[in-house]
Amino acid sequence: MYLTKEEERILAGEFGEGTRKALELLVAIGDAYDAEKMIPISRAHAASSGQEGDLYFVELLADGGARCRVPTSTNPVYDIGYFHRLFDDIPEDEAEVARRVMEAYKQVGAILSWSCIPYMAENIPLYSENVAFSESSATPYVNSVIGARTNREAAQSALAAGVIGKVPEYGLLIRENRKGTHLVEVEASLKDEFDYTLLGYYVGKRVGYGIPVLTGISRQPSTEEFINFCAMSNVSGAISMFYMPRFTVEASTVEEAFQGDFSGDRITVTDRELKECYEELQTTSGQIDFVMLGCPHYTLKQLGDVARLLNGKKIHDGVAFWVCTSATGKVLAERNGYVSVIEKAGGRVVVDTCIDEPCWIAYKNKVGMTDSPKCAYYRRFKEAMVARLQDCVEAAIRGRWG
Amino acid sequence: MKSSEITLKCHKIIGGYGEGEALVSHEPICFYLTDPKTGVVRERSHELAGKNIASKVLVFPSGKASSVVQIDGLFKLALHNVAPKALIVKDAETVLIVSAFLVKVPLVDRLEKDPFEIIRSGDFVKVDAEKCRVTITMK
Repeated sequence: MYLTKEEERILAGEFGEGTRKALELLVAIGDAYDAEKMIPISRAHAASSGQEGDLYFVELLADGGARCRVPTSTNPVYDIGYFHRLFDDIPEDEAEVARRVMEAYKQVGAILSWSCIPYMAENIPLYSENVAFSESSATPYVNSVIGARTNREAAQSALAAGVIGKVPEYGLLIRENRKGTHLVEVEASLKDEFDYTLLGYYVGKRVGYGIPVLTGISRQPSTEEFINFCAMSNVSGAISMFYMPRFTVEASTVEEAFQGDFSGDRITVTDRELKECYEELQTTSGQIDFVMLGCPHYTLKQLGDVARLLNGKKIHDGVAFWVCTSATGKVLAERNGYVSVIEKAGGRVVVDTCIDEPCWIAYKNKVGMTDSPKCAYYRRFKEAMVARLQDCVEAAIRGRWG
Repeated sequence: MKSSEITLKCHKIIGGYGEGEALVSHEPICFYLTDPKTGVVRERSHELAGKNIASKVLVFPSGKASSVVQIDGLFKLALHNVAPKALIVKDAETVLIVSAFLVKVPLVDRLEKDPFEIIRSGDFVKVDAEKCRVTITMK
């Protein structure tokens, strides 16, 4: 790969050890993909996770004096102060890793968004920008809904890109590689956000790895419907980009999405397939111990939906009711009165927190419900059944499902 | 019988040197689905189920699974000193490259001959990523 004079000086250590390590990783990736050169990015999103591999790299950069050159946001870990006041059984060694991770991201000058939907508020890409967005649900959103360009990054490669302000030019940064691979004909009636959850889950399962082009979508999907489709297609598959011609920005026709070259698979989705996905996610029924919402983080609109459903109701004594959102989402939800309604009903709204974290250890042997297959997939619980938000709320009030 | 030796050119992704007994997998590997303390593959339906990848030269088509679990998986093996000594793959992708980079295990691809044709589990393999060279001593 061609390197500029400045890049060679970085590799020689003139800008410090942290910056050198960051570029070394990007060059290894560039070499693997036969990239010709590095190109500038405008922003990055590091899918910080509070795990040991994450800690090692961010501390390596932080201790080596690296600083982010472009805005670089962070994924949720957990709200350490809040959860340790509430629970006393969170393993101290895991808590220590989370603490150090969050401190190190601060040291490298990242935006401490601790949100998995940073494109909603804290770090919003523009159309046709080159960016480095890790977090498997954020990658397809910025590629497809916004029309920025990013590869499927790991947390570390995205952080390295944020530090250098560049990425090797390969993959989805190149127009020719952004062409559709599978045609998905949607005949199912898509009524609400949860139908997009099921659609994403099914498409991910059928396509696996690729760029699906979806036809038959009859109306503009909402922000939340797009978020669900992105997140769930990366639970069952690896979908870094998709097209819904007319509703996503980059191609207005199916032909354009395939760049005139369609030779791939054809998949049809009817109500039956979505119903089967739904049934697959009903792993048990009966008494529930918790309801977990906000994976990915709930938007302000969704917090409003929860508040409306809970208004004047009381959550069952035996059910813990959690909603995860971003810090900015919670500030606005408080202002709009949603948080007080949810809390009055017995629920909790928590920020900075991911489902895949040690703070949920109290629920390790518990059975509950969620509206997200992604939440259920993490196996932080004995069992998590997946259903519509309305059903989750109703079950929380009754204390049982089914 | 004299064992035969063959040297192949390769393409370096992560540099370094590693040698050991070869372990060949025709299926993609997720390091998270191995026992972090021993290196034994736990994934029940995997062709390497029950085999140990510790200190082996691992030959496999590609990585799989989400970035967080894959990276953390190899990292935990390395913490317990049971990571593979070198990785020979067909398709390297970003997550696998990051994983190998973090634990400083040499990673190479594009051998001049198909590694699945040449290398058998149990062969002794030296991976000199810096010199873009893989030497195989047939068992």
